[in-house]
Amino acid sequence: MATTQQPAAHIERLWPKEGISRIPYWIYTDPAVYDLEQQKIFQGPAWNYVGLEAEIPKPGDFKATFIGDIPVVVTRTLDGSLKAFVNKCAHRGALVCREHFGNAKDFTCIYHQWRYDLSGKLLAVPFRRGVPEGDIRVGGMPDDFQMAEHRMQALKVEAVNGVVFASFDHGMTPFREYLGELMMYYFERVFDGRPLRSLGRMSQKIAGNWKLMAENIKDPYHASLLHVFLVTFGLFRADQKSKVEMDETGRHAVLVSRKGEQKASEGTSDIARLKSDYVLHDPSLLNRRKEFKDENTVVMQTLFPGLIIQQQTNTLAMRQILPKGPHHFDLVWDFFGYADDDEEMAGFRLKQANLMGPAGLVSIDDVEALEMCHKGFREHPEEAAVLEMGGRDSRNENHMVTESAIRGFYKYYREIMGWA
Amino acid sequence: MGVAEALSIKSEADELISSYVHCLDDDRIEEWPEFFTEDGVYKIVGRDNVDRNLPIATMSCHGKGMMKDRVNAIRNASVYSPRYLRHLVGSVQVVGQEGESHLVQANFVVFQTLQDEETKVFMAGKYRSKIVFVDGSPKFQEKIVIYDSLQIPGLLVIPL
Repeated sequence: MATTQQPAAHIERLWPKEGISRIPYWIYTDPAVYDLEQQKIFQGPAWNYVGLEAEIPKPGDFKATFIGDIPVVVTRTLDGSLKAFVNKCAHRGALVCREHFGNAKDFTCIYHQWRYDLSGKLLAVPFRRGVPEGDIRVGGMPDDFQMAEHRMQALKVEAVNGVVFASFDHGMTPFREYLGELMMYYFERVFDGRPLRSLGRMSQKIAGNWKLMAENIKDPYHASLLHVFLVTFGLFRADQKSKVEMDETGRHAVLVSRKGEQKASEGTSDIARLKSDYVLHDPSLLNRRKEFKDENTVVMQTLFPGLIIQQQTNTLAMRQILPKGPHHFDLVWDFFGYADDDEEMAGFRLKQANLMGPAGLVSIDDVEALEMCHKGFREHPEEAAVLEMGGRDSRNENHMVTESAIRGFYKYYREIMGWA
Repeated sequence: MGVAEALSIKSEADELISSYVHCLDDDRIEEWPEFFTEDGVYKIVGRDNVDRNLPIATMSCHGKGMMKDRVNAIRNASVYSPRYLRHLVGSVQVVGQEGESHLVQANFVVFQTLQDEETKVFMAGKYRSKIVFVDGSPKFQEKIVIYDSLQIPGLLVIPL
Protein backbone atom coordinates (compact mmCIF):
# COMPACT_ATOMS: atom_id res chain seq x y z
CA MET A 1 0.00 0.00 0.00
CA ALA A 2 1.35 3.39 -0.93
CA THR A 3 1.51 5.64 2.11
CA THR A 4 3.02 9.05 1.85
CA GLN A 5 4.42 10.27 5.14
CA GLN A 6 3.81 13.94 5.64
CA PRO A 7 6.93 15.80 6.69
CA ALA A 8 7.01 16.34 10.44
CA ALA A 9 5.36 19.52 11.56
CA HIS A 10 7.94 22.08 12.46
CA ILE A 11 7.64 23.10 16.08
CA GLU A 12 9.02 26.53 16.93
CA ARG A 13 10.11 25.61 20.42
CA LEU A 14 13.48 25.38 22.10
CA TRP A 15 14.34 22.94 24.86
CA PRO A 16 15.70 24.71 27.97
CA LYS A 17 19.48 25.22 27.80
CA GLU A 18 20.07 23.04 30.89
CA GLY A 19 19.25 19.93 28.81
CA ILE A 20 17.71 16.80 30.31
CA SER A 21 17.58 18.18 33.85
CA ARG A 22 14.73 20.44 32.67
CA ILE A 23 11.51 19.16 31.12
CA PRO A 24 9.52 21.95 29.49
CA TYR A 25 5.82 21.71 30.31
CA TRP A 26 4.74 22.41 26.72
CA ILE A 27 5.85 18.91 25.69
CA TYR A 28 2.89 17.65 27.71
CA THR A 29 0.29 20.11 26.47
CA ASP A 30 1.08 21.31 22.92
CA PRO A 31 -1.12 19.47 20.35
CA ALA A 32 1.64 19.85 17.71
CA VAL A 33 4.08 17.99 19.99
CA TYR A 34 1.45 15.31 20.55
CA ASP A 35 0.95 14.84 16.79
CA LEU A 36 4.69 14.68 16.19
CA GLU A 37 5.04 12.02 18.93
CA GLN A 38 2.43 9.86 17.26
CA GLN A 39 4.41 10.03 14.03
CA LYS A 40 8.00 9.89 15.30
CA ILE A 41 7.53 7.62 18.29
CA PHE A 42 4.47 5.35 18.15
CA GLN A 43 4.40 5.05 14.34
CA GLY A 44 8.18 5.24 14.21
CA PRO A 45 11.02 2.85 15.04
CA ALA A 46 9.52 1.28 18.16
CA TRP A 47 8.23 -2.09 19.31
CA ASN A 48 4.78 -1.45 20.80
CA TYR A 49 3.19 -3.94 23.17
CA VAL A 50 -0.11 -5.22 21.78
CA GLY A 51 -0.93 -8.21 23.98
CA LEU A 52 -0.08 -11.60 25.39
CA GLU A 53 -0.15 -14.71 23.25
CA ALA A 54 -2.29 -16.26 26.00
CA GLU A 55 -5.02 -13.73 25.13
CA ILE A 56 -5.32 -15.10 21.59
CA PRO A 57 -4.40 -18.79 21.88
CA LYS A 58 -6.55 -20.32 19.12
CA PRO A 59 -6.50 -19.84 15.33
CA GLY A 60 -8.94 -17.06 14.47
CA ASP A 61 -8.60 -15.39 17.89
CA PHE A 62 -8.17 -11.63 17.70
CA LYS A 63 -7.63 -8.68 19.99
CA ALA A 64 -8.34 -5.07 19.07
CA THR A 65 -6.07 -2.55 20.74
CA PHE A 66 -4.07 0.58 19.93
CA ILE A 67 -0.58 1.67 19.01
CA GLY A 68 -0.40 5.24 20.22
CA ASP A 69 -3.88 6.47 19.32
CA ILE A 70 -4.22 4.31 16.17
CA PRO A 71 -6.59 1.33 16.43
CA VAL A 72 -4.90 -1.95 15.47
CA VAL A 73 -5.86 -5.61 15.50
CA VAL A 74 -3.63 -8.52 16.41
CA THR A 75 -4.73 -11.98 15.25
CA ARG A 76 -3.72 -15.59 15.31
CA THR A 77 -4.10 -16.86 11.77
CA LEU A 78 -5.15 -20.35 10.75
CA ASP A 79 -1.55 -21.55 10.56
CA GLY A 80 -0.97 -20.34 14.11
CA SER A 81 1.20 -17.35 13.19
CA LEU A 82 0.55 -13.88 14.62
CA LYS A 83 -0.35 -10.92 12.42
CA ALA A 84 -1.22 -7.32 13.13
CA PHE A 85 -2.74 -4.58 11.03
CA VAL A 86 -4.24 -1.12 11.30
CA ASN A 87 -7.95 -1.41 12.08
CA LYS A 88 -9.12 0.71 9.16
CA CYS A 89 -10.94 -0.28 5.99
CA ALA A 90 -8.91 0.33 2.82
CA HIS A 91 -12.06 1.70 1.16
CA ARG A 92 -13.37 4.60 3.26
CA GLY A 93 -11.31 4.45 6.44
CA ALA A 94 -13.97 2.93 8.69
CA LEU A 95 -13.05 0.99 11.82
CA VAL A 96 -13.53 -2.65 10.82
CA CYS A 97 -13.10 -4.75 13.97
CA ARG A 98 -15.43 -3.43 16.67
CA GLU A 99 -14.97 -5.94 19.50
CA HIS A 100 -12.07 -6.08 21.98
CA PHE A 101 -11.67 -9.84 21.75
CA GLY A 102 -13.18 -12.64 19.72
CA ASN A 103 -12.71 -15.37 17.21
CA ALA A 104 -13.34 -14.84 13.51
CA LYS A 105 -12.77 -16.44 10.13
CA ASP A 106 -12.40 -13.06 8.48
CA PHE A 107 -13.23 -9.38 9.01
CA THR A 108 -15.93 -7.52 7.10
CA CYS A 109 -16.38 -3.76 7.11
CA ILE A 110 -20.00 -2.93 7.97
CA TYR A 111 -20.30 -0.11 5.46
CA HIS A 112 -19.77 -1.70 2.00
CA GLN A 113 -18.79 -5.14 3.25
CA TRP A 114 -15.25 -5.24 2.00
CA ARG A 115 -13.96 -8.46 3.46
CA TYR A 116 -10.44 -9.17 4.74
CA ASP A 117 -8.61 -12.28 5.90
CA LEU A 118 -7.06 -12.66 9.35
CA SER A 119 -3.90 -10.87 8.21
CA GLY A 120 -5.82 -7.86 6.88
CA LYS A 121 -5.50 -8.83 3.22
CA LEU A 122 -8.46 -7.85 1.03
CA LEU A 123 -10.48 -10.91 -0.04
CA ALA A 124 -13.68 -9.58 -1.55
CA VAL A 125 -15.32 -6.36 -2.73
CA PRO A 126 -19.10 -6.68 -3.28
CA PHE A 127 -20.28 -5.66 -6.78
CA ARG A 128 -16.68 -5.55 -7.92
CA ARG A 129 -17.88 -6.66 -11.40
CA GLY A 130 -21.04 -4.53 -11.26
CA VAL A 131 -24.54 -5.89 -11.92
CA PRO A 132 -25.92 -7.48 -15.12
CA GLU A 133 -28.15 -5.32 -17.30
CA GLY A 134 -29.26 -7.20 -20.39
CA ASP A 135 -26.12 -8.62 -22.01
CA ILE A 136 -23.68 -6.34 -20.31
CA ARG A 137 -22.62 -5.58 -16.75
CA VAL A 138 -22.90 -2.06 -15.42
CA GLY A 139 -21.09 -0.40 -12.54
CA GLY A 140 -18.36 -2.12 -10.57
CA MET A 141 -14.70 -1.38 -10.09
CA PRO A 142 -12.50 -0.43 -13.05
CA ASP A 143 -11.03 -3.45 -14.82
CA ASP A 144 -7.56 -2.61 -13.63
CA PHE A 145 -8.54 -2.44 -9.94
CA GLN A 146 -5.97 -4.59 -8.12
CA MET A 147 -7.20 -6.30 -4.95
CA ALA A 148 -3.59 -6.86 -3.88
CA GLU A 149 -2.96 -3.11 -3.76
CA HIS A 150 -5.62 -2.54 -1.14
CA ARG A 151 -5.44 -4.09 2.28
CA MET A 152 -5.60 -3.04 5.91
CA GLN A 153 -2.10 -1.68 6.61
CA ALA A 154 0.16 -4.51 7.77
CA LEU A 155 2.35 -4.09 10.85
CA LYS A 156 5.54 -5.94 11.67
CA VAL A 157 5.02 -8.42 14.53
CA GLU A 158 7.37 -10.14 16.91
CA ALA A 159 6.31 -12.46 19.71
CA VAL A 160 8.89 -12.85 22.47
CA ASN A 161 8.31 -15.60 25.03
CA GLY A 162 4.55 -15.09 24.98
CA VAL A 163 4.48 -11.29 24.65
CA VAL A 164 3.39 -9.75 21.34
CA PHE A 165 4.89 -6.54 19.99
CA ALA A 166 4.09 -4.72 16.75
CA SER A 167 5.66 -1.91 14.78
CA PHE A 168 4.72 0.42 11.93
CA ASP A 169 8.37 0.27 10.90
CA HIS A 170 8.98 -2.81 8.76
CA GLY A 171 12.72 -2.25 9.01
CA MET A 172 12.60 -2.55 12.81
CA THR A 173 15.58 -4.24 14.49
CA PRO A 174 14.79 -7.51 16.32
CA PHE A 175 13.22 -7.01 19.77
CA ARG A 176 16.28 -8.36 21.54
CA GLU A 177 18.45 -5.66 19.96
CA TYR A 178 15.82 -3.00 20.64
CA LEU A 179 16.01 -3.82 24.34
CA GLY A 180 19.76 -4.37 24.64
CA GLU A 181 21.35 -7.08 26.76
CA LEU A 182 20.62 -5.65 30.20
CA MET A 183 16.94 -4.86 29.57
CA MET A 184 16.51 -8.24 27.89
CA TYR A 185 17.87 -9.88 31.05
CA TYR A 186 15.07 -8.29 33.11
CA PHE A 187 12.45 -9.03 30.44
CA GLU A 188 13.39 -12.71 30.41
CA ARG A 189 13.38 -12.80 34.19
CA VAL A 190 9.56 -12.71 34.00
CA PHE A 191 9.09 -14.00 30.45
CA ASP A 192 11.36 -17.01 30.45
CA GLY A 193 9.31 -18.94 27.91
CA ARG A 194 6.89 -20.56 30.35
CA PRO A 195 3.32 -20.40 28.99
CA LEU A 196 1.36 -17.52 30.50
CA ARG A 197 -2.21 -17.36 31.73
CA SER A 198 -4.26 -14.22 31.24
CA LEU A 199 -6.09 -13.26 34.47
CA GLY A 200 -8.07 -10.37 32.99
CA ARG A 201 -7.85 -6.67 32.44
CA MET A 202 -8.67 -3.37 34.09
CA SER A 203 -8.69 -0.01 32.42
CA GLN A 204 -8.88 3.60 33.52
CA LYS A 205 -8.99 7.02 31.91
CA ILE A 206 -6.47 9.45 33.34
CA ALA A 207 -6.51 13.21 32.85
CA GLY A 208 -2.85 13.72 32.05
CA ASN A 209 -0.26 13.37 29.31
CA TRP A 210 0.92 9.81 28.56
CA LYS A 211 4.57 10.60 29.33
CA LEU A 212 3.70 11.26 32.98
CA MET A 213 2.86 7.57 33.39
CA ALA A 214 6.12 6.38 31.86
CA GLU A 215 8.03 8.85 34.07
CA ASN A 216 6.19 7.71 37.18
CA ILE A 217 7.66 4.21 36.88
CA LYS A 218 11.12 5.66 36.20
CA ASP A 219 10.92 7.72 39.39
CA PRO A 220 11.83 5.81 42.54
CA TYR A 221 12.18 9.12 44.41
CA HIS A 222 8.40 9.55 44.68
CA ALA A 223 7.67 5.97 45.68
CA SER A 224 9.29 6.32 49.09
CA LEU A 225 7.36 9.48 49.85
CA LEU A 226 3.92 9.26 48.29
CA HIS A 227 2.90 5.67 48.91
CA VAL A 228 2.02 4.94 52.54
CA PHE A 229 1.27 1.36 51.68
CA LEU A 230 4.60 0.71 49.98
CA VAL A 231 6.74 2.41 52.56
CA THR A 232 4.89 1.24 55.65
CA PHE A 233 5.04 -2.41 54.71
CA GLY A 234 8.52 -2.14 53.24
CA LEU A 235 7.34 -3.09 49.75
CA PHE A 236 9.44 -0.36 48.17
CA ARG A 237 11.41 2.18 50.16
CA ALA A 238 14.52 4.32 49.91
CA ASP A 239 16.42 2.48 52.68
CA GLN A 240 16.14 -0.88 50.90
CA LYS A 241 18.62 -2.49 48.57
CA SER A 242 17.68 -1.19 45.17
CA LYS A 243 18.87 0.06 41.81
CA VAL A 244 17.87 1.99 38.73
CA GLU A 245 19.19 0.73 35.41
CA MET A 246 18.74 1.69 31.76
CA ASP A 247 19.68 0.49 28.32
CA GLU A 248 22.40 2.38 26.44
CA THR A 249 19.96 4.81 24.82
CA GLY A 250 18.16 5.64 28.08
CA ARG A 251 14.73 4.86 26.60
CA HIS A 252 14.09 1.69 28.63
CA ALA A 253 14.61 1.35 32.38
CA VAL A 254 14.06 -0.82 35.43
CA LEU A 255 13.55 -0.05 39.09
CA VAL A 256 14.63 -2.96 41.24
CA SER A 257 14.11 -3.39 44.98
CA ARG A 258 14.00 -5.91 47.82
CA LYS A 259 11.36 -6.06 50.50
CA GLY A 260 12.27 -4.61 53.89
CA GLU A 261 10.56 -4.57 57.26
CA GLN A 262 7.89 -2.32 58.73
CA LYS A 263 10.24 -0.26 60.86
CA ALA A 264 11.85 3.11 60.92
CA SER A 265 15.57 3.31 60.21
CA GLU A 266 18.11 6.06 59.66
CA GLY A 267 17.18 6.01 55.99
CA THR A 268 13.50 6.55 56.67
CA SER A 269 13.68 9.74 58.74
CA ASP A 270 12.60 11.83 55.73
CA ILE A 271 9.61 9.61 55.05
CA ALA A 272 6.81 11.48 56.78
CA ARG A 273 4.26 8.97 55.60
CA LEU A 274 5.87 5.86 57.13
CA LYS A 275 3.39 4.71 59.75
CA SER A 276 5.01 2.19 62.05
CA ASP A 277 1.76 1.73 63.97
CA TYR A 278 -0.28 0.89 60.87
CA VAL A 279 -1.58 -2.67 61.15
CA LEU A 280 -3.54 -4.90 58.83
CA HIS A 281 -6.50 -6.82 60.23
CA ASP A 282 -5.79 -9.40 57.57
CA PRO A 283 -2.05 -9.50 56.80
CA SER A 284 -2.60 -12.25 54.23
CA LEU A 285 -2.50 -9.48 51.62
CA LEU A 286 1.26 -9.46 52.12
CA ASN A 287 1.69 -13.24 51.92
CA ARG A 288 3.98 -14.08 49.06
CA ARG A 289 6.14 -16.73 47.57
CA LYS A 290 9.58 -16.29 46.07
CA GLU A 291 9.32 -17.20 42.41
CA PHE A 292 12.23 -15.59 40.57
CA LYS A 293 15.88 -16.54 40.54
CA ASP A 294 17.08 -13.47 42.46
CA GLU A 295 16.09 -11.92 45.80
CA ASN A 296 14.43 -8.87 44.24
CA THR A 297 10.79 -8.48 45.20
CA VAL A 298 9.95 -5.57 42.91
CA VAL A 299 11.09 -5.13 39.34
CA MET A 300 9.24 -2.46 37.42
CA GLN A 301 10.40 -2.22 33.83
CA THR A 302 9.44 0.54 31.41
CA LEU A 303 9.87 -0.26 27.73
CA PHE A 304 9.79 2.62 25.29
CA PRO A 305 7.40 3.98 24.36
CA GLY A 306 4.34 2.88 26.33
CA LEU A 307 4.74 -0.36 28.27
CA ILE A 308 5.25 -0.97 31.96
CA ILE A 309 5.99 -4.52 33.09
CA GLN A 310 4.95 -4.82 36.71
CA GLN A 311 6.34 -7.38 39.10
CA GLN A 312 5.42 -6.38 42.66
CA THR A 313 5.84 -9.49 44.84
CA ASN A 314 3.53 -11.97 43.05
CA THR A 315 1.34 -9.56 41.15
CA LEU A 316 2.31 -9.45 37.48
CA ALA A 317 0.81 -7.13 34.90
CA MET A 318 1.45 -5.39 31.64
CA ARG A 319 0.39 -1.76 31.84
CA GLN A 320 -0.25 -0.37 28.39
CA ILE A 321 -0.19 3.41 28.09
CA LEU A 322 -2.55 4.59 25.34
CA PRO A 323 -2.40 8.32 24.58
CA LYS A 324 -5.76 9.98 23.83
CA GLY A 325 -4.75 13.50 22.89
CA PRO A 326 -2.27 15.61 24.88
CA HIS A 327 -4.45 15.82 27.98
CA HIS A 328 -5.60 12.22 28.50
CA PHE A 329 -4.43 8.65 28.33
CA ASP A 330 -5.95 5.27 28.98
CA LEU A 331 -4.06 2.92 31.22
CA VAL A 332 -4.86 -0.71 30.44
CA TRP A 333 -3.71 -3.35 32.93
CA ASP A 334 -3.35 -6.90 31.60
CA PHE A 335 -2.87 -9.11 34.67
CA PHE A 336 -1.31 -12.51 34.17
CA GLY A 337 0.30 -15.49 35.82
CA TYR A 338 1.83 -18.69 34.49
CA ALA A 339 -0.18 -21.57 33.07
CA ASP A 340 1.34 -23.89 35.69
CA ASP A 341 0.53 -21.71 38.74
CA ASP A 342 -0.80 -23.84 41.58
CA GLU A 343 -3.89 -22.78 43.49
CA GLU A 344 -1.96 -21.03 46.25
CA MET A 345 0.09 -18.97 43.77
CA ALA A 346 -3.02 -18.09 41.75
CA GLY A 347 -4.55 -16.90 45.04
CA PHE A 348 -1.53 -14.70 45.86
CA ARG A 349 -1.70 -13.07 42.44
CA LEU A 350 -5.41 -12.29 42.70
CA LYS A 351 -5.21 -11.01 46.28
CA GLN A 352 -2.16 -8.83 45.66
CA ALA A 353 -3.95 -7.31 42.66
CA ASN A 354 -5.61 -5.16 45.37
CA LEU A 355 -2.37 -3.16 45.40
CA MET A 356 -2.64 -2.30 41.72
CA GLY A 357 -5.11 -1.13 39.09
CA PRO A 358 -7.69 1.70 39.17
CA ALA A 359 -8.56 0.82 42.80
CA GLY A 360 -5.05 -0.21 43.82
CA LEU A 361 -3.98 0.51 47.39
CA VAL A 362 -0.73 1.81 45.89
CA SER A 363 -1.63 2.94 42.39
CA ILE A 364 -4.47 5.25 43.44
CA ASP A 365 -1.88 7.71 44.75
CA ASP A 366 -0.02 7.89 41.43
CA VAL A 367 -3.06 8.83 39.39
CA GLU A 368 -3.84 11.66 41.77
CA ALA A 369 -0.24 12.93 41.54
CA LEU A 370 -0.16 12.71 37.73
CA GLU A 371 -3.42 14.58 37.32
CA MET A 372 -2.23 17.32 39.68
CA CYS A 373 0.99 17.69 37.66
CA HIS A 374 -0.90 17.91 34.39
CA LYS A 375 -3.11 20.68 35.76
CA GLY A 376 0.04 22.63 36.55
CA PHE A 377 1.46 22.04 33.05
CA ARG A 378 -1.69 23.37 31.37
CA GLU A 379 -1.64 26.51 33.45
CA HIS A 380 2.09 27.18 32.92
CA PRO A 381 3.22 25.61 29.62
CA GLU A 382 6.27 27.89 29.34
CA GLU A 383 7.78 26.68 32.61
CA ALA A 384 9.83 23.53 33.14
CA ALA A 385 10.30 20.72 35.64
CA VAL A 386 13.53 20.68 37.65
CA LEU A 387 14.95 17.17 37.60
CA GLU A 388 18.21 17.31 39.51
CA MET A 389 17.66 14.59 42.10
CA GLY A 390 20.69 12.31 41.89
CA GLY A 391 22.55 14.60 39.50
CA ARG A 392 21.97 16.05 36.04
CA ASP A 393 22.97 13.08 33.89
CA SER A 394 21.43 9.67 33.25
CA ARG A 395 23.61 7.02 34.86
CA ASN A 396 22.64 3.68 36.37
CA GLU A 397 22.49 3.96 40.17
CA ASN A 398 22.41 1.61 43.17
CA HIS A 399 19.86 3.67 45.10
CA MET A 400 16.43 5.19 44.78
CA VAL A 401 17.11 8.81 45.48
CA THR A 402 17.44 9.75 41.86
CA GLU A 403 15.52 10.90 38.78
CA SER A 404 18.22 9.50 36.51
CA ALA A 405 15.92 7.23 34.50
CA ILE A 406 13.52 10.09 33.70
CA ARG A 407 16.50 12.04 32.37
CA GLY A 408 17.48 8.94 30.37
CA PHE A 409 14.01 8.83 28.80
CA TYR A 410 14.32 12.47 27.75
CA LYS A 411 17.80 11.97 26.41
CA TYR A 412 16.33 9.56 23.86
CA TYR A 413 13.07 11.50 23.45
CA ARG A 414 14.97 14.63 22.48
CA GLU A 415 16.95 12.71 19.87
CA ILE A 416 13.96 11.09 18.24
CA MET A 417 11.84 14.26 18.35
CA GLY A 418 14.61 16.45 16.97
CA TRP A 419 15.54 18.54 20.03
CA ALA A 420 18.90 16.94 20.72
CA MET B 1 -41.47 -20.70 49.34
CA GLY B 2 -44.87 -19.09 49.87
CA VAL B 3 -45.79 -15.69 48.48
CA ALA B 4 -45.65 -14.04 51.89
CA GLU B 5 -42.16 -15.40 52.56
CA ALA B 6 -40.96 -14.41 49.08
CA LEU B 7 -42.23 -10.87 49.60
CA SER B 8 -40.59 -10.73 52.98
CA ILE B 9 -37.20 -11.79 51.50
CA LYS B 10 -37.54 -9.17 48.79
CA SER B 11 -38.39 -6.52 51.33
CA GLU B 12 -35.46 -7.49 53.61
CA ALA B 13 -33.06 -7.51 50.63
CA ASP B 14 -34.35 -4.15 49.49
CA GLU B 15 -33.83 -2.66 52.94
CA LEU B 16 -30.31 -4.14 53.21
CA ILE B 17 -29.20 -2.76 49.84
CA SER B 18 -30.82 0.58 50.55
CA SER B 19 -29.04 0.92 53.92
CA TYR B 20 -25.80 -0.19 52.27
CA VAL B 21 -25.81 2.53 49.62
CA HIS B 22 -26.80 5.25 52.09
CA CYS B 23 -23.91 4.17 54.31
CA LEU B 24 -21.47 4.61 51.41
CA ASP B 25 -22.99 7.82 50.08
CA ASP B 26 -23.08 9.37 53.56
CA ASP B 27 -19.36 8.62 53.94
CA ARG B 28 -19.87 6.26 56.86
CA ILE B 29 -17.52 3.70 55.32
CA GLU B 30 -16.37 2.46 58.75
CA GLU B 31 -19.79 0.78 58.97
CA TRP B 32 -19.47 -0.79 55.52
CA PRO B 33 -17.94 -4.15 56.64
CA GLU B 34 -20.88 -4.65 59.01
CA PHE B 35 -23.18 -5.34 56.07
CA PHE B 36 -21.29 -8.59 55.50
CA THR B 37 -20.94 -11.91 57.31
CA GLU B 38 -17.58 -12.50 59.06
CA ASP B 39 -16.23 -14.42 56.04
CA GLY B 40 -18.22 -12.42 53.49
CA VAL B 41 -16.80 -11.87 50.02
CA TYR B 42 -16.86 -8.52 48.25
CA LYS B 43 -15.63 -8.07 44.70
CA ILE B 44 -15.76 -5.39 42.04
CA VAL B 45 -15.27 -6.95 38.63
CA GLY B 46 -15.39 -5.67 35.07
CA ARG B 47 -18.15 -7.10 32.93
CA ASP B 48 -15.63 -8.01 30.20
CA ASN B 49 -13.74 -10.27 32.62
CA VAL B 50 -16.97 -11.92 33.76
CA ASP B 51 -17.97 -12.54 30.13
CA ARG B 52 -14.55 -14.01 29.35
CA ASN B 53 -14.48 -16.04 32.55
CA LEU B 54 -11.30 -14.35 33.80
CA PRO B 55 -10.75 -14.12 37.56
CA ILE B 56 -9.16 -10.71 38.18
CA ALA B 57 -11.08 -8.31 40.44
CA THR B 58 -10.56 -4.55 40.48
CA MET B 59 -11.19 -4.69 44.24
CA SER B 60 -11.60 -7.84 46.31
CA CYS B 61 -12.04 -8.55 50.00
CA HIS B 62 -12.33 -11.98 51.51
CA GLY B 63 -13.69 -11.54 55.02
CA LYS B 64 -14.38 -8.49 57.16
CA GLY B 65 -10.68 -8.13 58.01
CA MET B 66 -9.78 -7.20 54.46
CA MET B 67 -12.76 -4.85 54.32
CA LYS B 68 -11.57 -3.05 57.43
CA ASP B 69 -8.11 -2.80 55.89
CA ARG B 70 -9.61 -1.26 52.76
CA VAL B 71 -11.45 1.30 54.90
CA ASN B 72 -8.31 2.07 56.87
CA ALA B 73 -6.37 2.57 53.63
CA ILE B 74 -9.04 4.90 52.24
CA ARG B 75 -8.95 6.97 55.43
CA ASN B 76 -5.25 6.86 56.27
CA ALA B 77 -3.11 5.75 53.36
CA SER B 78 -4.51 6.53 49.92
CA VAL B 79 -4.13 9.96 48.36
CA TYR B 80 -7.12 11.14 46.33
CA SER B 81 -9.08 14.32 45.82
CA PRO B 82 -12.35 14.88 47.69
CA ARG B 83 -15.46 13.48 46.01
CA TYR B 84 -19.12 12.76 46.57
CA LEU B 85 -20.66 9.54 45.33
CA ARG B 86 -24.37 8.94 44.89
CA HIS B 87 -25.86 5.51 44.22
CA LEU B 88 -29.20 4.90 42.55
CA VAL B 89 -30.33 1.30 42.79
CA GLY B 90 -33.01 -0.19 40.55
CA SER B 91 -35.68 -2.61 41.58
CA VAL B 92 -34.32 -5.49 43.66
CA GLN B 93 -35.02 -8.95 42.31
CA VAL B 94 -34.80 -12.24 44.21
CA VAL B 95 -33.68 -14.76 41.61
CA GLY B 96 -33.18 -17.95 43.58
CA GLN B 97 -31.90 -19.72 46.64
CA GLU B 98 -28.76 -21.76 47.35
CA GLY B 99 -29.08 -23.55 50.67
CA GLU B 100 -29.54 -20.81 53.27
CA SER B 101 -28.57 -17.96 50.94
CA HIS B 102 -30.91 -15.93 48.79
CA LEU B 103 -29.66 -14.85 45.38
CA VAL B 104 -30.53 -11.24 44.75
CA GLN B 105 -29.71 -8.86 41.92
CA ALA B 106 -30.21 -5.17 41.26
CA ASN B 107 -28.95 -2.61 38.76
CA PHE B 108 -27.11 0.45 39.99
CA VAL B 109 -25.78 3.76 38.74
CA VAL B 110 -23.21 5.80 40.65
CA PHE B 111 -22.77 9.52 40.08
CA GLN B 112 -19.53 11.17 41.09
CA THR B 113 -19.01 14.80 41.94
CA LEU B 114 -15.45 16.07 42.19
CA GLN B 115 -14.71 19.48 43.62
CA ASP B 116 -15.02 22.29 41.08
CA GLU B 117 -16.60 19.94 38.54
CA GLU B 118 -20.10 19.07 37.44
CA THR B 119 -21.69 15.78 38.48
CA LYS B 120 -20.96 12.92 36.09
CA VAL B 121 -22.06 9.32 35.76
CA PHE B 122 -19.19 7.39 37.28
CA MET B 123 -20.33 3.86 36.85
CA ALA B 124 -23.24 1.68 35.81
CA GLY B 125 -23.58 -1.98 36.59
CA LYS B 126 -25.24 -4.70 38.54
CA TYR B 127 -25.13 -6.04 42.08
CA ARG B 128 -25.21 -9.81 42.32
CA SER B 129 -25.55 -10.80 45.96
CA LYS B 130 -25.96 -13.78 48.21
CA ILE B 131 -27.85 -12.76 51.31
CA VAL B 132 -28.14 -14.84 54.49
CA PHE B 133 -29.83 -14.15 57.81
CA VAL B 134 -27.53 -13.96 60.83
CA ASP B 135 -29.46 -13.78 64.11
CA GLY B 136 -32.45 -12.65 62.11
CA SER B 137 -30.61 -9.82 60.29
CA PRO B 138 -29.83 -9.96 56.58
CA LYS B 139 -26.12 -9.85 55.67
CA PHE B 140 -24.17 -10.18 52.47
CA GLN B 141 -22.42 -13.50 52.33
CA GLU B 142 -21.22 -12.43 48.92
CA LYS B 143 -21.61 -9.24 46.95
CA ILE B 144 -20.26 -9.08 43.41
CA VAL B 145 -20.35 -5.68 41.76
CA ILE B 146 -20.20 -6.13 37.98
CA TYR B 147 -19.50 -2.87 36.16
CA ASP B 148 -20.26 -1.95 32.56
CA SER B 149 -18.14 1.20 32.67
CA LEU B 150 -14.93 -0.56 31.73
CA GLN B 151 -12.96 2.66 31.28
CA ILE B 152 -12.97 3.79 34.89
CA PRO B 153 -12.87 7.59 35.00
CA GLY B 154 -9.71 8.28 37.02
CA LEU B 155 -9.85 6.35 40.28
CA LEU B 156 -12.04 3.89 42.06
CA VAL B 157 -11.50 4.65 45.74
CA ILE B 158 -14.70 3.99 47.65
CA PRO B 159 -16.41 0.58 47.42
CA LEU B 160 -19.47 0.55 45.16
